[in-house]
Amino acid sequence: MGELATSILVAPFTEMVALPDFFLQVLWEGFVAGVLYGLIALGFVLIYKASGVFNFAQGIMVVFAALTLVGLHELGLPAWLALLATLGVMGLLAIAIERTVLRKLVNQNDAILLMATIGLTLVIKGAGQLFFGGDNKPMITEELGLPTGVSEWEVFGGYVIFQHIDIAAAVIALLMVAGLGVFFSVTRIGRALRAVADDHQAALSVGISLNQIWAITWFAAGIVALVTGIMWGARSDVSFALEIIALKALAVLILGGFTSIPGAIVGGLIVGIGEKLFEVYWGPVFGGGVEAWFAYVLALVFLLFRPQGLFGERIIERV
Amino acid sequence: MIYREAGQFKTSYAADQALLPIRQDRIGLYLILFAAFVLVPLFGSGFLIGAVLIPMLVYALAAVGLNVLTGYAGQLSLGTGAFMGVGAYACYKLATYFPDVNIIVHVLLSGFFAAAVGSVFGLPSLRIKGLYLAITTLAAQFFLEWCFLRIGWLYNYNTSGAIQVPGRELFGVAITGARATPEARYLVILTLVSLMTLVAANVLRGRIGRSWMMIRDMDIAAELMGVRPLRAKLSAFAFSSYYCGVAGALMVFFWLGTAEVEAFDINHSFLILFMVIIGGMGSLAGCFMGAAFIWVLPIVIRAVPGLFGVELLGSTLEHIAQIVIGALIVFFLIVEPHGLARLWGIAKEKLRTWPFPYAS
Repeated sequence: MGELATSILVAPFTEMVALPDFFLQVLWEGFVAGVLYGLIALGFVLIYKASGVFNFAQGIMVVFAALTLVGLHELGLPAWLALLATLGVMGLLAIAIERTVLRKLVNQNDAILLMATIGLTLVIKGAGQLFFGGDNKPMITEELGLPTGVSEWEVFGGYVIFQHIDIAAAVIALLMVAGLGVFFSVTRIGRALRAVADDHQAALSVGISLNQIWAITWFAAGIVALVTGIMWGARSDVSFALEIIALKALAVLILGGFTSIPGAIVGGLIVGIGEKLFEVYWGPVFGGGVEAWFAYVLALVFLLFRPQGLFGERIIERV
Repeated sequence: MIYREAGQFKTSYAADQALLPIRQDRIGLYLILFAAFVLVPLFGSGFLIGAVLIPMLVYALAAVGLNVLTGYAGQLSLGTGAFMGVGAYACYKLATYFPDVNIIVHVLLSGFFAAAVGSVFGLPSLRIKGLYLAITTLAAQFFLEWCFLRIGWLYNYNTSGAIQVPGRELFGVAITGARATPEARYLVILTLVSLMTLVAANVLRGRIGRSWMMIRDMDIAAELMGVRPLRAKLSAFAFSSYYCGVAGALMVFFWLGTAEVEAFDINHSFLILFMVIIGGMGSLAGCFMGAAFIWVLPIVIRAVPGLFGVELLGSTLEHIAQIVIGALIVFFLIVEPHGLARLWGIAKEKLRTWPFPYAS
């Protein structure tokens, strides 16, 4: 028993202090993974805010966007054109989803809408595999003009390795959150989006078109998905396995709150860093592979204390 | 005209509270049971029994379990696959430790392990609900999957990591393992599933079942009226997990014969959720309709191009099946969110007055 307690309570920390450069490396890896989780969660939050739909399909939208980009490039389109075309495809997808699914399901309860997005997941997944095949594909990182180099940073008598693409991912995520923040608070459409998020009926009564807003939100989520897909694809190939990983964004959402954009990123970072630290330092005690459930169990424990998340709005229930 | 309860008078309370108060329903059910118990084993082909009916019944039982939790008690769960896994692994361990005890006893006991695990993961439901709860059940799903993979004791430290079903007999007839005929396995499953469905139907209309429905409809009001949320929610989780656990044990022992972690992954949780949704939340008959629909549809889709003489790659067909199922789920949610069971209910209403729709 004492041995187990030591391996959980003491050994990991002595290891951290003994190899500070390795600790920093783990932190950085966790940070980057966290940014990507945060980006997926961001897509969820956008749609949840605007339409109250818990969009299960966000994960597969990431895969689909990345696949479309790579697939179009394989067909011979130059990278920039493929990027534009993919944006177009995501836009069409948003309009199609709004027309065929959301519009018909207005006023249904949460569970039904959730199911509908799970159904959508199947459709998008099937279509993606049908058009582009189920194989893993490398992302066209260089063609898109993204940095691919590696830097080493000497510290504590060792060194930490930074992939440039990871730095780019972090910067882009930051820019995107800032951009969305500005978009939501300054522009006319952004304010309309917030109005819809607040109250559908009130928004309708002041002349905001719900259908239009929903299409725009889904398109925005599609853009976020594309960016996430590119970043993720650059780190590891584009594959459908990402869909399962994307479910971790749900745990991120619980930490950050369903309605908070900064919450999504902060939650993502907590999950990403926590998961990597736990895997590296505590994983061996449990036999490894703990990454698979750490995020969810963290979310479960967190929910018991703060159901609304870090930044979410307080849940008030009226009878 | 045929489907009319006119002239069927109930003269006792027992008759009034019967599960199927209408005579035509009873006759229909008896006919279905007769076909299932007698005609299918006698005349059904091995493919029909082994690849269509056995999986369908197993999934229907799991769907009953999930439907109790989601459709009747209103607690959304995405951990069905893992709870099935708990049942399967528990049954496997029981069969290893007590090889002399009848396998059916093991199957029924293994459900209790699933029920215990289910209640533990049901604890958060006391504080949270809806989508949040769904995410905590994901924790159950991934944590249990990890356990099945990493805890060697669960699969007797097999190098393959898979659980192998030993051959067992009932009344001198092989019912599990390689020697068991599809007919024997089918009859065992059919008997268990029928009995357990009957139990579920009675539990659901009893005191505990009604308290689940009160919690589903409005938990605060239910609490004010004296339903204890702790007891109601946890019992729903336990009951549901018991059914899922038994379904998981049946799946491995009477259908697959061998199983790895992948047999209990999140996709199976979704699959069973689809069956419940398509069949109809809050309907036991719907569970069977949903299971039949979701399981048979891909088989049909795979067969269709062959009928027209079109040769398609297996993977292409798989993807098309996926698209069609996804689209159908969305379609059903739009057209009839209450599923096939509601459609059947509407059809029955129409049948009552058919062929004179204005006569009533």
